[in-house]
Amino acid sequence: MPESPHDPVIALRHAVVLLGRFPALAGADLTVNRGEVVLVSGPNGAGKTTLLRLCAGLSRLDDGTAHVLGHDVMTDRRAVRRAVGYLGHASGLYDDLTVADNVAFWAQAAGASKADATAAMNRLQLDGRLSDVPVALLSAGQRRRTGLAILLAQRPRLWLLDEPHAALDKAARDTLDQIIRQAAAGGAAVMIASHDHERAGALADRTLTLAGGHFVNADRVVANG
Amino acid sequence: MGSSLLSESLLVFRKDLQIERRSRVAMAQVAPFAFLVLIIFAFSLDGDLATLKRLTSGLYWIAVLFSALLIIQRAFTLESQDGVRDALRLSGLHPNAIFLGKTAAIFLQIVVIEILLGLGVVVFYSAELTGWGLLLATAAVAPVGIAAAGTLYGVLTAGLRVKETLLPILLLPALAPLLIAATRTSGSALGEVAVNGWSWFNFLAIFALLYVGLGLIAFTPLLEES
Repeated sequence: MPESPHDPVIALRHAVVLLGRFPALAGADLTVNRGEVVLVSGPNGAGKTTLLRLCAGLSRLDDGTAHVLGHDVMTDRRAVRRAVGYLGHASGLYDDLTVADNVAFWAQAAGASKADATAAMNRLQLDGRLSDVPVALLSAGQRRRTGLAILLAQRPRLWLLDEPHAALDKAARDTLDQIIRQAAAGGAAVMIASHDHERAGALADRTLTLAGGHFVNADRVVANG
Repeated sequence: MGSSLLSESLLVFRKDLQIERRSRVAMAQVAPFAFLVLIIFAFSLDGDLATLKRLTSGLYWIAVLFSALLIIQRAFTLESQDGVRDALRLSGLHPNAIFLGKTAAIFLQIVVIEILLGLGVVVFYSAELTGWGLLLATAAVAPVGIAAAGTLYGVLTAGLRVKETLLPILLLPALAPLLIAATRTSGSALGEVAVNGWSWFNFLAIFALLYVGLGLIAFTPLLEES
């Protein structure tokens, strides 16, 4: 199905994802449009990470329908994966490579230029002496910043961020917030799963609550300051 | 598509070699292990040089195979750590480029181990290297088969919790025909056995081609759907 600019970025209808026999998503309905920032909250085990992984094409859809950027998640997961940017709990970095090596490799893999990779590293303050440090020696926050730099270099049209503020210091959190706002202003959609309601809520156009694998509140529009 | 596959394969190849250059696992750990295997074989045969010379090809290829197993294991441990497998699937790299790039990097590391073990059998077993054409052809083609089969079985087991133990159980039987053919081929080159070495070499080449072809067909679903 060709993607139209008016199509939603994410369209889930009664989406079910089973982890073994457990329904991690049990009939979720969701529409996310271009330029939107959506916060997904909910208790541990509510299905937030599964929702993000489904939208990234990393989890298999067991029932219902799911379209991401015009691609059917059931039949064309590879196209979905190539189009989204996903920051999960794991860093997705090679421990033996330096920060610069990692950013350059993943940026090039996504077709981004060296200049994009360098600019992203500068933006996340990973230039200078930190760029030549092996990832194995980084703190959790520095790993997070490296993961964000890769995402920034890749410039995805859909950002899927799982607890993106976790482990970041105040300066890095401020930078992340700016990046998210700029991505949304540029037409990308951003979905954040977070327990940090104060921080992530301030970024979001809507806050949705997941519990037991489905959304329990109607979409709520939040006025952003 | 062709040039993109090539450039993506080179990207993965360079990345794997860059990791080896920084971690030096193959040179600092696998190479000493390979020498230890050669020395332990010599001890187990009481240092009987006549027997060692007669069995040089077999012992050499077993040492190559065990060392290759470590290299393959290491290559896929890297791809399983801290969300890297997911990152690879999200990266936009064509899975066949990942297959070809990783196979090439494993191939190169095995060739280095082959050269070192070649020196090892000359020094420890007093082997006299003859039939250079057949020896070099075997040394070039056998690692293609080992690397291609290793990459295929490596991705098959990489997503599993029991990958460390499962990979050798799956891979060693799959590589048994290659071990036999490589032993016969180099045995023929060294004058240990009276067989037609080139016909065994043809078998090696078919094995290598088969696993490269199988990898190009099966790697994508194994990476994407697991």
